[in-house]
Amino acid sequence: MSWSYVLDLLRISLHAMVPITLTATGEIIGETAGLFNIGLEGILLMSAFVGALGAEAGGPIVGLLVGMGTGMAISFLFSVIAAYWKGTQMVAGIGINLFALGFVAFGLIKLGAPGFHAVPAAAQLAKLRTPIGAVSPLIFVALVVPFLAQAFLNRTRAGLILKAVGENPEAADVAGINVNLTRLVATTFGGALAGLAGAYLSVGWFGSVTKEISAGRGFIALATVVFSGLNPILGLVGGFIFGFFQSLATWIKTLPTKTIPWQFVDMLPYIVTLLVVSGVVGRVRFPRALGTPYKRE
Amino acid sequence: MTASEVQPGGRLLRGVHRTLTGLHPALESVLAAVVGLLVGAALMYIWGYDPWKAYWALLRGAYGGSYEIASSIARGVPLVLTALTFSICLRGGMFNIGAEGQVYVGAAAAVCVAYFKLPPGLHLLVGIAFAAVAGAVWSLGPALLKLTRGVHEVISTIMFNWIARFLVFYLVAYVLVDARQGQRTVQIPLSARFPVLVRGTDLSYSVFLAVAFALFVYFLLWHTATGYEVRAAGLTPTAARYGGISIRRTIALSFVLGGIGAGLAGAATTMGLPPTYAIISGLPQLMNLGFDGMAVAMVGRNHPLGILVAALFFGGLNAGGRVMQFYGSNPVPLEMVRVVMGAIVLAMAIPELVRVFPAMAASGRALVRMLSRRKPAEEAA
Repeated sequence: MSWSYVLDLLRISLHAMVPITLTATGEIIGETAGLFNIGLEGILLMSAFVGALGAEAGGPIVGLLVGMGTGMAISFLFSVIAAYWKGTQMVAGIGINLFALGFVAFGLIKLGAPGFHAVPAAAQLAKLRTPIGAVSPLIFVALVVPFLAQAFLNRTRAGLILKAVGENPEAADVAGINVNLTRLVATTFGGALAGLAGAYLSVGWFGSVTKEISAGRGFIALATVVFSGLNPILGLVGGFIFGFFQSLATWIKTLPTKTIPWQFVDMLPYIVTLLVVSGVVGRVRFPRALGTPYKRE
Repeated sequence: MTASEVQPGGRLLRGVHRTLTGLHPALESVLAAVVGLLVGAALMYIWGYDPWKAYWALLRGAYGGSYEIASSIARGVPLVLTALTFSICLRGGMFNIGAEGQVYVGAAAAVCVAYFKLPPGLHLLVGIAFAAVAGAVWSLGPALLKLTRGVHEVISTIMFNWIARFLVFYLVAYVLVDARQGQRTVQIPLSARFPVLVRGTDLSYSVFLAVAFALFVYFLLWHTATGYEVRAAGLTPTAARYGGISIRRTIALSFVLGGIGAGLAGAATTMGLPPTYAIISGLPQLMNLGFDGMAVAMVGRNHPLGILVAALFFGGLNAGGRVMQFYGSNPVPLEMVRVVMGAIVLAMAIPELVRVFPAMAASGRALVRMLSRRKPAEEAA
């Protein structure tokens, strides 16, 4: 086995890490404030599609920004339902996922070929030349954002307000904090990161949109959040672990010897996710008010 | 003497109002469906389709005649079963979104009956049992992970869905494959098929399986002690535990029951769906049944009887959507149906959806007050 294979594996792992880490970091911020969004899968799917359209209209940077905007818009709607209208967060998240499944499949048909749409090379985010090969610049973003989020959550007043709102909304309310607005802002910001991750899938990595482009990454990001215990730096580590196993599956398929059927190789990331999550649960503690809407007595 | 006793008209109106309040949950489902259809119409308009023509085609394709109604019911059959999977677990306090994967393994297990011979009725029953057991076994994974390791079921069931998908891809491609027809599995023999109920349509006797399972779940949840325990554990787990209910038992039970439901949906879509009676490569007839079932469950207010009605509506959307996608010069793709479903579920997430239209509610109250000629002072007192 030559070095180039191992370098390939590392490079694909880093690429696969980006969407999971970004999405997980966004969700960590949202969950710290107390909203549990299982619609991440739908946000990734929608922003991958809309981001690709944006990139074709105005270049890759516009595409990423449009993706972030899509993520923010969906998360905004989610948090209005969940925070202000006291809706069931699980149901709203399931609704987002269903809607995105239909919307993207519908949009792809509208663009021509059902199920697949290639993003032109000019609209794709240029890759940087590094010693390990051409890599997407968003890898560096994904490596930095968790540290910023960690500093924000633990070192700033705003971060502490988020924790207060997630942990004890009654006390936060008495202290003069607007609980619902805080949750709305935190979740919408988290949605921007998920939207960036979605746009990265189509504009920065695959160079195409398919109707299953998210492939469970939203839920793997949720698993990463569980693994991290709301610590963004552990989220980065988790993102790399899950990214590694996803790319291991891709990598095994490119090996010249085909000993295992591809279907079993493709199961690998999901099995590893299950194993990792079942290994860490129990030691993790989540905010007390997570998942419950705040109602003033 | 109150105003209502003097004014018969007022009493009548208040009676109507009371009935409507009793129908509140159903009303909200209808309202959510209307919101979903409106969102769909708005999107169709934006994308350059004619929403009214499309919905007209959909309506006629869904309920325009006995043939269409039979097709709609046929589309609703698997949705009833997967909706029950979601509902049983939700009544038990869990979000089981694993019906999708359980349908896949149930269908694969049902196809296995093609490898042996049995007398007609018995062969069918064995196939049903195979599918039910396979679905239940597949649901045991998330249940055990939740019980032993505390893994949240939303994460574990989704992972099991993906694993089931690739497992069944493998089985369809290498194990159950028909040697003569590479793109599908072996066909289920005549002796193990649900007979067709309405000739020329997809509607088979599997509809009775779905209705029977719905009634069974209704009876179990609302008329037995076990069902009471499941519902109590779902409403307030702490109180249920103090009341001596084993939460672990109710979790395991609701997962297994749900798995049976989803497995039966797999049987209904292989043994009871003409004309293939096999799993086609890529699983087109199984894809998204589990997810659509969640929409059916929510619109049916997680009640077996409500689910039967909701499945008729969603089955109609699916059957009508198939007509809609070939109708007119600018047909709307079938995927629009799922967009509408997602919007309906989002609307269902809003509690007291009616109150989102406070102006409507307020004007309705004002109308009742005006017609019953109650003076404001009287009401204050």
